[in-house]
Amino acid sequence: MTVVYEDLGDEAGEAVPIRRIRFSINGKKMVAEVEPRLLLSHLIRRGLGLTGTHMGCDTTNCGACTVQVDGRPVKSCTMLAVQVDGREITTVEGLATASELHPLQEGFKEEHGLQCGFCTPGMMMAAKALLDENPDPTEEDVRWALSGNLCRCTGYQNIVKSVLWAAAKLRSESAG
Amino acid sequence: MTQALDEIKIGGLGASRKRVEDDRFIRGKGNYTDDITLPGMLHMEILRSPLAHARIKSIDASKAWDIPGVHLVLTGEMMATRNLAWMPTLSYDTQAVLATDKVRFQGQEVACVIADDPYIAKDACEAIDVDYEPLPVIVNPKQSVADGAPVIRDDKENQPDNVIYTWEVGDAAGTDRAFEQADKVSRLQLHYPRSHPSPIECCGSIADFNRATSKLTVYMTTQAPHIIRAAVALVAELPEHMIRIISPDIGGGFGNKVPVYPGYVCSILASILLECPVKWIEDKTGNLISTGFARDVYLDGEMALRNDGKILGVRMRCDADHGAFFSDAQPSKFKLGLIHSAFAAYDIPVAHLMARGTYTNKAPGGVAYRCSFRVTEAMFFQERMVQAAADDLGMDQAEFRRMNFVRDDDFPHRTPLGFLTDSGQYGKCLDVALEAVGYENFRKQQQEARAKGRLLGLGISTMTEPLGAGNSREYDILGIKMFDSAELKVHMTGKAIVRTGARGQGQGHETTWAQIVAHELGIPAEDIVVEEGDTDTAPFGMGTYASRSTPVAGAAVAMVSRKIRAKARKLAAHLLEVSEEDIEWELGRFYVRSAPDRGVTIQECAMAAYSNMPDGMEPGLENTAYYDPPNLTWPFAVYIVTVEVDPATGVWDVLTTVAVDDCGVRINPMIVEGQIMGGLTEAYAMANMQFITFDAEGNCIGSNYMDYLLPTAWETPGFELHSEVVTPCPHHPIGAKGIGECAAVGGPAAFVNAVIDALSGTGVRNIDMPLLPDRVWEAITYHRDISGAPPVRTDD
Repeated sequence: MTVVYEDLGDEAGEAVPIRRIRFSINGKKMVAEVEPRLLLSHLIRRGLGLTGTHMGCDTTNCGACTVQVDGRPVKSCTMLAVQVDGREITTVEGLATASELHPLQEGFKEEHGLQCGFCTPGMMMAAKALLDENPDPTEEDVRWALSGNLCRCTGYQNIVKSVLWAAAKLRSESAG
Repeated sequence: MTQALDEIKIGGLGASRKRVEDDRFIRGKGNYTDDITLPGMLHMEILRSPLAHARIKSIDASKAWDIPGVHLVLTGEMMATRNLAWMPTLSYDTQAVLATDKVRFQGQEVACVIADDPYIAKDACEAIDVDYEPLPVIVNPKQSVADGAPVIRDDKENQPDNVIYTWEVGDAAGTDRAFEQADKVSRLQLHYPRSHPSPIECCGSIADFNRATSKLTVYMTTQAPHIIRAAVALVAELPEHMIRIISPDIGGGFGNKVPVYPGYVCSILASILLECPVKWIEDKTGNLISTGFARDVYLDGEMALRNDGKILGVRMRCDADHGAFFSDAQPSKFKLGLIHSAFAAYDIPVAHLMARGTYTNKAPGGVAYRCSFRVTEAMFFQERMVQAAADDLGMDQAEFRRMNFVRDDDFPHRTPLGFLTDSGQYGKCLDVALEAVGYENFRKQQQEARAKGRLLGLGISTMTEPLGAGNSREYDILGIKMFDSAELKVHMTGKAIVRTGARGQGQGHETTWAQIVAHELGIPAEDIVVEEGDTDTAPFGMGTYASRSTPVAGAAVAMVSRKIRAKARKLAAHLLEVSEEDIEWELGRFYVRSAPDRGVTIQECAMAAYSNMPDGMEPGLENTAYYDPPNLTWPFAVYIVTVEVDPATGVWDVLTTVAVDDCGVRINPMIVEGQIMGGLTEAYAMANMQFITFDAEGNCIGSNYMDYLLPTAWETPGFELHSEVVTPCPHHPIGAKGIGECAAVGGPAAFVNAVIDALSGTGVRNIDMPLLPDRVWEAITYHRDISGAPPVRTDD
């Protein structure tokens, strides 16, 4: 079991309230003691050391920090850590199993859906939320579902192809 | 009988090999600067000026020092005692690290706090009390040169006004004569607005000074680690061998991560003072308001024309707004980058260009944002001017361009502003693009739509840009010649490692450099690992920007492979017991000319280099090559965009985007296409939405992603790419040319030309970028040009 919190010293300890939260991340149950103002993205990156969730802006526009909370895509820089108390978080590190990539991960490589890789985890998590709900999306569906995520490298065309590639693979797997 | 290797199968030249780097990125296992945590690491935050121009009366940091968890507060005064309040820029100017006397732009660094945690550091920044006395603010070059304008850089001696430089190139008298002989003169004035490269990852650094070893290690978001090492050695007066710059994975650069920023310097000083690692990670607002912007140039040009369409001469005046510090990252001989590459694709007998740079109360920068040093402004003006001239003559857009193109047999071609273009098939590229877009048919549709009140438009843009600086005769930064390097070590089992002086930020170097080695040596690409970005291990190079990696570092990879092959040939001769002259090479294998079945593979040669070398031969199979290119490479492209403009709202939709890029030999076609699509998206962004402006008080409008609009998957159009025209670069070892920026450079004019074309007949000749709906609506409704900013002439 891991306990994670910011050590602010004795003096600060009295001034700063600490909240204990319980949550699961990528299937693993955790307890953390956090400042109420701690952002979920910082809990994930710094507290839990899961650095695949990136932070690109301060205004919920870029989507690099997208994770799933109870299955819904959430920009983790705009949610407080205390808000995930009792909830389930999935990050990019939870996509693959030890031996097998998620079809989205394969799709992004196959269709050259990434270049610098910084937006990629957020893109895949937003795409996963789409495919969870809609296994057979159109190009337009994909573009709309990813419209909260910015990419500066690819021009999106190959990202869209990557998601459609993954959707096709997931459908063939479930049909098989 | 042996069978020759299939180059595509081993991942050689021309293979669309899947990217090696993807394996970590798709798992969330990239290693970006902010992902690194060192034991005992503290965190730094910067306090920035809220005002664009003000005298600092006092700074009271006592409340910040009192906050538990704060270890250090740095101010300009403290920096000054260590001679670090100012630092040199890459353009021979100085820039404040932390302000001492005045702040000169909104967002300028005033103080910084180092604390246990970034939250505490941010709290402490807010507790610092700065007393400012506001000063008059200058936000454009016209104000900079107005009578009585306050002198922004009163810190400098011999700087009586706000003019940084005046610079000219070309033949003024000859150009005057051409204009005297012209049947017609076309003129166009426009403003290329300020923009920001804005990679999603902001800038940052982790400085780690080890008192025990006296070694300074800095992990940082830099596209040019070796330049940074040199700069740190000079600025901080540290011995260069005790500085190690590591550029880990970079979340996009686009020129933004070339300069030296105050945050890097402060984190280094803090680490030295506190003797522990100090991490600084910029927030997005800090990135947008203080780090290297791009563009912000007023362009005014004239074209002397003959009635038959021949261009007789060109005049250009450029007025550049550099912000408060002249910190452009560019070759030192040229004041406004390679702006004089304008019109290089056209056979124009004579030209003259004047440029002036001024200080304003805006952030410094002038970085090459997906651009080879101001060529984006050059190509944009060129193609807007060409469209205006064709319209003025009543000529067809495509035919006007074709008749003035440099012809295929005219290379190498000396441009009137001094460049030597190397090769190209300009007419053929245009033909492919016109065919792809269905040019004649579209023109008919356009007329029919017009009759029904619908506004369709087609815009053509062509570009050839100088990519791959040096040569070292003409190109240097701060006197350091612009060559690049590669080191290749072949291990005894025939596996290998390549290191270069470049530093990729998504361009796929880890994949493509291995492909060049595979092409040269026949070692399968999967047997070759590529490493970049660590100054302790990589050979010295100038880094990755201005599309110079493939033209320069990529060439070095080919050249070092050839050195290895030359040694392997001697080893093969020894193994085969024949003389070197009797040996032939095929991919991956040497064989005896008279007995082709007798041969040895490159892997066998590698083993021999460590286990069975001939007497007198130095063991090992390793080498380094420094490549000083004989010339820049000159890719060419034609971009054609069609749009429909809604006259009621001014909104325009892209119907088709066709790109025909001739970048010579393509190492990895998949990656090349990815680069082109990325560039087209930035072109669309520039034309449609992406700009940073300032109000009269110098407040930056565009300081976050709510105000600085970047296109998403929803609005970005689809692209049709064509690769059938290939003109190998005559002087590059594998015939490649730069490609990373072409579409961002040449693309914007295609979008703008399309919208202006849709408005043909209304008298509208120009709308400044971005073509926001309100601007387009105003142009349509009032039949007038729309200027994004007040026009400024250098001779005003």
